[in-house]
Amino acid sequence: MTDSRWLADPQVRRGTVITLLVMSLALFGPWLAPHAPTAMVGPVYGPPSASAPLGHDFLGHDLLSRLLSGGLSVLWMSLAAATIALLVGGSLGLLAGFSRRRLDQAISWATDVSLAFPDLILVLLIVSMLGRAPWLIVLTVAIAFTPGVIRLARGSTVAVAGQEFVEAAQMMGYPRWRILFNEILPNILTPLLVHFGNMLTWAVGMLSGLSFLGYGVAPPAADWGLMINENQAGLLVQPWAVLAPALLIGVFAYGTNILAEGIGRVSARIGEKQP
Amino acid sequence: MHEPPLRSPRAPAWLAWFIGRLGYGLLTAWVISLVVFIATQALPSDPARVILGPDAPIESILTLQRQLGLDQPILVQYLRWLGAALRGDLGISLDSQVPVADLLFGRLGHTLALLAGVLALVVPLALVLGVNLALRRDRPLDRWGLSTLILFKATPSFLLAIGLVLLFSMPGMGWLPAVSILDPQQPLWRQLHYLVLPVIALGLSALPYLTRMVRASMIEALESDYVIAARLRGIPERRIVWRHTLPNALTPAIQGVALTLRTLVGGALLAEVIFSYPGIGTALNAAIQVRDLPMIQGIVLVITLAVVLINLLADLFTVLLTPKLRTARRVKMIRRNRRGLRPWWRRVRSAPAQEATHD
Amino acid sequence: MTAALRVDTEVLRVSDLRVELAGQVEVLAEVSFGLTAGEIVGLVGESGSGKTTLATALLRHARQGARIVGGRIEVAGQAVLELEGEALRLARGGLVGYVAQDPATALNPALRVGALLHETLLAHQPGATRDELRQRIVETLLDVGLPDDKAFLRRFPHQLSGGQQQRVMLALAFVLRPRLIVLDEPTTALDVTTQAHVLETLKRLCRGHGVAALYVTHDLAVVRDLVDRVLVMYAGRLVEMAGREALFVRPAHPYTRALLAAIPDIARRQPLQAIAGHAPAPGQRPVGCAFAPRCPRRRSECLVVEPALLAHDGIHQVACLVPHQEPVTLTDTVSEAAAPVPEGEAVLLEVRDLDVAYDRQVLFDVSLQVGQGECLALVGESGSGKTSLARAIAGLGENVQGHLRYAGEPLAFSARRRDARLRHQIQYVFQNPYRALNPRQTVLQTLSAPLAHFFGVRGNEARRRVEAVLERVSLSTRVAHLYPHSLSGGERQRVAIARALICEPRLLVCDEITSALDVSVQASILALLRRLQGQGLTLLFVTHDLGVVRAIADRVLVLRQGRVVEQGTTEQVLGQPADPYTRTLVAHSPSLIDAGQT
Repeated sequence: MTDSRWLADPQVRRGTVITLLVMSLALFGPWLAPHAPTAMVGPVYGPPSASAPLGHDFLGHDLLSRLLSGGLSVLWMSLAAATIALLVGGSLGLLAGFSRRRLDQAISWATDVSLAFPDLILVLLIVSMLGRAPWLIVLTVAIAFTPGVIRLARGSTVAVAGQEFVEAAQMMGYPRWRILFNEILPNILTPLLVHFGNMLTWAVGMLSGLSFLGYGVAPPAADWGLMINENQAGLLVQPWAVLAPALLIGVFAYGTNILAEGIGRVSARIGEKQP
Repeated sequence: MHEPPLRSPRAPAWLAWFIGRLGYGLLTAWVISLVVFIATQALPSDPARVILGPDAPIESILTLQRQLGLDQPILVQYLRWLGAALRGDLGISLDSQVPVADLLFGRLGHTLALLAGVLALVVPLALVLGVNLALRRDRPLDRWGLSTLILFKATPSFLLAIGLVLLFSMPGMGWLPAVSILDPQQPLWRQLHYLVLPVIALGLSALPYLTRMVRASMIEALESDYVIAARLRGIPERRIVWRHTLPNALTPAIQGVALTLRTLVGGALLAEVIFSYPGIGTALNAAIQVRDLPMIQGIVLVITLAVVLINLLADLFTVLLTPKLRTARRVKMIRRNRRGLRPWWRRVRSAPAQEATHD
Repeated sequence: MTAALRVDTEVLRVSDLRVELAGQVEVLAEVSFGLTAGEIVGLVGESGSGKTTLATALLRHARQGARIVGGRIEVAGQAVLELEGEALRLARGGLVGYVAQDPATALNPALRVGALLHETLLAHQPGATRDELRQRIVETLLDVGLPDDKAFLRRFPHQLSGGQQQRVMLALAFVLRPRLIVLDEPTTALDVTTQAHVLETLKRLCRGHGVAALYVTHDLAVVRDLVDRVLVMYAGRLVEMAGREALFVRPAHPYTRALLAAIPDIARRQPLQAIAGHAPAPGQRPVGCAFAPRCPRRRSECLVVEPALLAHDGIHQVACLVPHQEPVTLTDTVSEAAAPVPEGEAVLLEVRDLDVAYDRQVLFDVSLQVGQGECLALVGESGSGKTSLARAIAGLGENVQGHLRYAGEPLAFSARRRDARLRHQIQYVFQNPYRALNPRQTVLQTLSAPLAHFFGVRGNEARRRVEAVLERVSLSTRVAHLYPHSLSGGERQRVAIARALICEPRLLVCDEITSALDVSVQASILALLRRLQGQGLTLLFVTHDLGVVRAIADRVLVLRQGRVVEQGTTEQVLGQPADPYTRTLVAHSPSLIDAGQT
């Protein structure tokens, strides 16, 4: 029932359109690319030509092909990291907020400890120690995001669990899993969903930042963050090589962000109607 | 009528709370040291192998293991490391053979100067902007302001930094240095112009969160019963804004500043690298590149302990600035969430939908 | 309190006031009345009637989204609606004072009492010297019955009791010596004893300073001893305006009569009469008289012609085509003999030496017995521990010690450790209907879950039972497919009761279940409970309102600060209270009937 109300909001619609556009570019780009992203088809920083409409990069790759192929890694890795963090953090937070005893204390304290590590520092630490396999990066980004999800899910759960309809369910003696999934979960989904959108934004920033620092996707593979790093030197000769991937990252982050913002605003508005 | 008796002056209750909170902070710090140690030295990967690379001969690996004390039992390694760290000895940098503490000290100052600059820019700006947007809620200025803030919030901070570097490397834009390579012979305060661009880049990425937080809590306070009551008593609007609403809206902002600082420490790393600014972030980046283990341990430890300290101070200020908490007979633990502080007496009653507007 | 101050001059004149929401939706219209100096007038209406809108409009304030679009308000010769900027600011507080509903939220938590008084005075008299300020503040504090020492001035609002907070609000209004003061339900958040004291103070102040007061309330009984005149409001219009005597003895509008009949009163045991139907929401006003659809005296022309507020008898004005003429006799319903106390009948629930302690102990050795089929009322002011007791019985309590027995068997303290039979036989209805239902489940889902859980009933049989229970609580069966947010407070509370009933309970624990509802809705819920009790249900009814006790309970148990101070039959405890505390409670409970007649 809520979906239609969300889509009625112009900001949500705009966010959805932008996000879907960048996503489909990243998803279908590799098939559309005229050249292999790692094929050197022209001169270093060569100007635009018929076969390479955006020119060439620092090694002579076709810039357009690399742009089309370089989104997939950011896309799947940010989605995967945000999803893992949402599932793990959501369940732990739900459990902590509902149990409200030892388990809650333990989880909350672990959260406090891990929140002392700034996200990027934690990711750098783990990646530098364990290596830079994509799944490992996804996992570490997810680990960095999880405490935030736990905190949010726990807070919302505590707020909902204190309400009388949950007490009524407890009094009836419904099984715990039923109270968690039927009574509490539906009521904390919206803030979690908004947070998911925000995590996507942060993940895009963090993953491209990692690539930019040289800890992310390994060259010569195409990746938007990596491309910014690689082509910095030729900025004045071939500005598109830096600007285009940066722009795409920015647009993707912007799309996911206003989508999250819009959902949050609409649900707050719906919430106002329910005293 | 039930009249609570006047309380005689005695040691304030928040002091007891603070001692407990301090203990909690120390415990957290200890666990952090454990985590840092485990992540760097006790994980299944052999640090010596990581440092020297997969092709290194076995002899040099053994030598390095001895040098790092890796041949000892893990517990002994940890206790030694912790004991040294408590004395301020963070080991010798493998890369430059200089004590880590000495290297860190200078770098730390630079980063602190950078962060101080960002706070000095962002906090007043966020207060002024937040208050003004809240006063013009839903009017064009507010809507435009919010859209712009969302744009800055969504743009990854390192892109902002790169953008500034690009802009100031253009011909004719030489009036500010695009990179911040400091002259080590001169004190920092003689070359403050190098700080301008990194401060702006970091400030722009931190501004949206704080401004929106101030705006949201100002709006909440402006719509409260006590503001309506004050208006209907004929209190001047200026006084309502600065004396009635702002003090109540400031408390969440303190927690917001603490959270911002935590994010900034991460953001500073990228910004320092992009601007080549000789801070703790560039040091960490370099240490990771050359696998300088003691250096990595030292930097991560310092950063995380700083975050613990920031949170502690933020909690203390929150209690001292909230009369209800300061004068309470018992102060309970404060919990933070991403939106900032939601004090215990308001936490339970809030609808989950309100939490959705965080960050 | 000299009579010389009570000059019979008009202080307030409101003519043809109109307030709208966006889109020309009318909230308030055709409101005209006046107040003279020293006069206290009650403005009575149920939630949504527009009474608060009217109250704040007198200070030229409208809540977010509403706008004052027409009419004229004159206070002491000044046209308030034409004031702007600085003049308006000085009129607010200086000319018209305002006392808000809940002092706990209306006092700034970050400012001390002294600072609040100081800034209020300075905002209106910037030239005043320190001594003048100090003297005026001390005077006012003594006036409203507060201490005037330095230590008190340095307190923050949260360090005061509820009564003191409301007195500070009064002081903030009276310190400026306004000509008119508007009070928006200032005592609803207070206990009855505190309420009585605050009302007394208010009366003395208004008479003493010759200040006119408009007292907004939903409860006629509260203002009975306070006011000189009463305005009754329904769906955004004044429907009756009368002197106190005339209104309580000879109410002319059918709505006023219905309202009076719906108020539970400590002095009379009679079936309360609910008002059928709903008040129209803003913008859905019918043609003709807005009350006609609910009116027992309705004639065909009532649905066409909108009655204007016309003189009925002297200053008594009424907006009705067929007003009542005969006096109403509030004491006429002979106290029906209380339902026979179940002497020697089976005890269903027994509580022995119950202690509950959280940070501090809230219940001390409480013992009680509830007989099969009776209604026992647990009465106490806030902090008496009555809710903790009810929760302990329902199995929601924490840190409980003592003994519980149900139908002769020991009863565990935690609902989780009770077996399914006990869990469905003991049901609990919560105070706040807005949080008692899961907002993400339809009524059908909410009601069929216990059926499946306790009786394994699903599918069509479950649907049939849900429809049956909805009928039992007088709800239409189409409610089954609605979500809670599209139901009113009264409807939600009925669904909550239905959720308890569908479990086939023998004991129903009701925790202040009508305190969030309007009096007319409360009357219908109480009538429903009486009917259920007639069908054999045992009730444990927690309340702070002795009028409600009189209307529903067979026996009463009075709690004070965690201890039982008195118990007995309703007649006995309310008629001849033995304990001094109970006597104070009874004496301070508002009543529509003169104290002498009880």
